Amino acid sequence: MSARGWDTPADLEKDPAGIPDPATTPVPEALRGQIEAHMALYPDPRSAALPALEAAQRVHGWCSPEAIEQVACVMGVTPASLDAVATFYDMLETEPVGEHSVYVCTNISCSLRGADELYAAISQAAADDEAFNVRAFECLGACDIAPMASVDGVYLGPLTAEDVPRLLDDVRAGRDVLPDKQLARRACADPEAGA
Amino acid sequence: MKLLFDRIDEPGLNTLPVYERRGGYQSLRKALAMAPEDVLTELEASNLRGRGGAGFQMGKKVSFLPRGSIEKYLVCNADESEPGTFKDRELLQKTPHQLLEGLIIASYAAGTNRSFIYIRGEYSQQADILDAALAEAREAGYVGENILGSDHWLSLVVHRGAGAYICGEETGLLDSLEGKRGNPRLKPPFPANQGLYQGPTLINNVETLSTVPAIIRMGGAEYAKLGTESSTGTKIVSVSGHVRKPGNYEIELGIPSREIVYGLAGGPPEGRQVKCWFPGGSSSPVLTAEDLDIPYDFDSMAKAGSMLGSGAIIVVDDSTPILDVALKVAKFYRHESCGKCTPCREGTNWTVKMLERIDRGEATPMDLEIMASVQDHIIGHCLCVLGDAMAMPIGSMIVKFRDELEAHMEDRRLVAA
Repeated sequence: MSARGWDTPADLEKDPAGIPDPATTPVPEALRGQIEAHMALYPDPRSAALPALEAAQRVHGWCSPEAIEQVACVMGVTPASLDAVATFYDMLETEPVGEHSVYVCTNISCSLRGADELYAAISQAAADDEAFNVRAFECLGACDIAPMASVDGVYLGPLTAEDVPRLLDDVRAGRDVLPDKQLARRACADPEAGA
Repeated sequence: MKLLFDRIDEPGLNTLPVYERRGGYQSLRKALAMAPEDVLTELEASNLRGRGGAGFQMGKKVSFLPRGSIEKYLVCNADESEPGTFKDRELLQKTPHQLLEGLIIASYAAGTNRSFIYIRGEYSQQADILDAALAEAREAGYVGENILGSDHWLSLVVHRGAGAYICGEETGLLDSLEGKRGNPRLKPPFPANQGLYQGPTLINNVETLSTVPAIIRMGGAEYAKLGTESSTGTKIVSVSGHVRKPGNYEIELGIPSREIVYGLAGGPPEGRQVKCWFPGGSSSPVLTAEDLDIPYDFDSMAKAGSMLGSGAIIVVDDSTPILDVALKVAKFYRHESCGKCTPCREGTNWTVKMLERIDRGEATPMDLEIMASVQDHIIGHCLCVLGDAMAMPIGSMIVKFRDELEAHMEDRRLVAA
């Protein structure tokens, strides 16, 4: 799914890395605690791969080789097995990215209502700011507020190009992003559902 | 009739006190006072069909699980990713206890003690709400050891995904839950025999499980009176695209589709006509304006050559070229193909390339034949139905909008020349 792994050839001269040695692999205590807590939840601790990689991504900003090595060390698996997982999922970053994620849904329902234009507007406005990770994303499950974007996990919509400067400013200032556009504050469309 | 959406915007419904004040967890008490077999009988009597997409009878699915002390699992599929679908999101966000109650009852009927809710990573707000609800339920003794003084116990983990459509496919979900890439598995063995950690596994959608408390409250036979004979009950329909009031609507199955598209969602904007619509997410073959009087239920949609799927209606009006719709759909499945099976991996890629050829003015009418044959070679030839999910709508567009595609092709060819 992600380009990495397909486009970068493996170094065939090298033996694949084994399970990292805990004695020589420093892992931040807080991260180790989180990963171990996740591992304890499952009958098979390897099930914790996704939450563990997400936790490491929060610490390192992306699934860097160092992050993967730390997760592999705590989980007792090879880095390659985690690399395979990290390259599969869209929300795990395999390249360094900006700290604020802006996922713009460009799937069918949103594109029918102007998502491609919205994505272009956000990409352009945030082009010079390295704090932003602007991505065109597949259906985010919010076609009722199309066109929409998920900004650091907060669903916003319907958005227009006019909303973009305020959106970016809110994120930069650490404010609640476009409160009036947040999905969480929206009532159900069904007129008989009501309160 | 609102079962799932009953006063759903009541403030605080996502918290236990409000849910309990409205009679929440009474169905669980009622179920635990019954024998598990009797709960299963009610589920079977309701004839509830799975709301995730395949529409398989939920009671039957529960009954497939082997009895006895073998370690079994219940997994709730909250990886709602089918384009156009956003019903589970509203349920998770506003009434998470309804899902938890249904899940606990289902685990009792199926005799499972370990359960997981696999929620897509993008729904982080909803996952936080669910986590909080689960903590409340655990505190109140609805989840854990000796639930409400009975012998039944249940562990429940909310597992967050990380962005992959294929993890909504049940066996892809299981691999993902085991900490691997979400590649689908060969079936059989079906998950009911060999699923999570090789154990028998029951997998149900959020909406399906959320319906269970109402079935126990009303009784299966009473629930079965709603809707049509083979599509019982109510269904949440997500309407999106070119309509004036996009959103989730709870309907009784079997009402005319027109009532949903025009009556509830307000139809296309002023001066526009419905060109085509997807009745069950972007994987369903498209229908046209002439099909709007078909009743909206599982069998009628299948008879019309499409499917009810997840209950996501996407409306496209006459301002959008069908080629644009086809390209969006095909590109999505190309991106989401896990690459395990050749017909899907190559077929989605070549379909996109051929559609782009049309757009560049390089295509000839023969390309449509080739493209149709590529779709035929995908369907039924892969481990899962992701490839079919592209082949079915694209195939239907080639058949139903052939004239438009040929005209588009000719226009672009002249421009390019």
